[in-house]
Amino acid sequence: MASLALTHARFQLLETARIPIALFGSAFFPAAAMLAFVVPFVGSNAEYATTATASMITFSVMSTNLFQYGVGVSEDRAQPWDPYVRTLPAGAAPRFAGRILAGLCLMFVSLIPVILIAAFLTEATITATAFLITAATVVGIAIPFILMGLAIGYSMPQKAAIVVAQLLFFPLAFLGGLMTGPGMAPGIVEDIAPYLPTGGAARLMWAAVSDFPYDFGSIAALAGWTIALGWVAVWAYRRDEGRRFS
Amino acid sequence: MFLARALEVTRRYGDKLALDQVSFDVAAGELVGLLGPNGAGKSTLVNLLTGIRRPTSGRVELFGGDPRVPAHRRELGVTPQETGLPASLRVGEVVDFVSAHYDNPLPRAELLDRFGLTDLVRRQTGGLSGGEKRRVAVALAFVGRPRMVFLDEPTTGLDVQARRLLWDGIRAFSAEGGTVVLTSHYLEEIEALARRVVVIGGGRVLADDTVGAVRGLVAVRRVSLTVREPLPELAGVSDIERDGDRLHLLTGDADQLVRDLVAYGTAFEDLEVRPTSLEEAFLALTRESAAA
Repeated sequence: MASLALTHARFQLLETARIPIALFGSAFFPAAAMLAFVVPFVGSNAEYATTATASMITFSVMSTNLFQYGVGVSEDRAQPWDPYVRTLPAGAAPRFAGRILAGLCLMFVSLIPVILIAAFLTEATITATAFLITAATVVGIAIPFILMGLAIGYSMPQKAAIVVAQLLFFPLAFLGGLMTGPGMAPGIVEDIAPYLPTGGAARLMWAAVSDFPYDFGSIAALAGWTIALGWVAVWAYRRDEGRRFS
Repeated sequence: MFLARALEVTRRYGDKLALDQVSFDVAAGELVGLLGPNGAGKSTLVNLLTGIRRPTSGRVELFGGDPRVPAHRRELGVTPQETGLPASLRVGEVVDFVSAHYDNPLPRAELLDRFGLTDLVRRQTGGLSGGEKRRVAVALAFVGRPRMVFLDEPTTGLDVQARRLLWDGIRAFSAEGGTVVLTSHYLEEIEALARRVVVIGGGRVLADDTVGAVRGLVAVRRVSLTVREPLPELAGVSDIERDGDRLHLLTGDADQLVRDLVAYGTAFEDLEVRPTSLEEAFLALTRESAAA
């Protein structure tokens, strides 16, 4: 099963690599947002620049995964190759795992420009240990958003998936406090953010890059979201039959 | 022993009834043709048997179990739609991808050689011709050394030589004990390969018999003759095709028709009586079911 997951990951990456513009697209947006918002406004303050970069990474982790999986999966499901793969003797697990592995690779590639911009164009700083913890945290916080994307991708047709991903991503970013620094959001956002997947993820990231404290209530909520979204994703995969007509 | 079986299976898509109480089974070693026009329900039946879809009611079994459970698909091979091959991947890569799902797949070189694909191994599937894609699609059904394959129009769009080659391959698989379910609305294909034909139309099984019997079932004969005068009113003629002076009459009772022609004193030449092709039998069957 592990090797089959790697096979699925390898072929996902191969397909992406043959159309490199797709990769460029997912790397462009977070980098542009860094240049437009972080560098000019908080770039000169080390503490703000660091947490703002962490917020921006959280933001791009959410958006790349929501779109990559939500839209990507529903697109794949519309291809006649998908029902064929379903006749092969493997269940949901290796496909899910392979997609997740490939998605993580692409996500890290798309984060490289963000990190380079933070390192060279802002005062953001981080120790080597904290950098490694942050990298591990990125993998961890990607999981609920990957599962959210998979749940969307497997439960609705392509056009609906695009709309739902777009409708979800902005409120999630705002209510999760990604648009503002730690402790600076409007009151209602400060109250609910820790319990939203975006807010929980951002808090973990802030704790990894700065001395922002770990909030265990928020971590528990994020774990709860992860389990719930995972359940929905698997449910959606199992009930999925591809297109309704063929 | 049944390798695949549907018991009173009904499948709806919303309001549309795609399959209506269909029962169907395939025994080990059979070579069955599943015949029907597009939208008749044959792809829905195949999708249920290969675990892609679930029946609305009734039961489907594959190798004695639920086809939705991956373990029951270990000895199954299916052709993908040739238009569905991942366009950016190379032929060899697609084969490798499929192989990775099986415990004991055919070695890549052997598979490619068997289906005459060795020269295409480095080509991206998006750049292949229709016939080449078709051959890749059929080859993929055999990657996992299956005991049973579902082949969807395996030789449509192939030239005569490639078609013969593939037919020989399918016959050889069958001769070694392999079980084949062939779906097609391309009739020569089914006539050439299948011993048993299941005709599906309007979501129901219209006939399930040997190729000969399905033809005999409708017992339509084509009586061709050249006449230079108007024909008298003839009983039992279901259809008349005109080709200049040459007339082709379709009838259930050719003997009576000829006796009538003689009795009326019709001056005809070049009388020819032929059994109909499977296609004509099939058209008559679906027409009957539409009329009923």
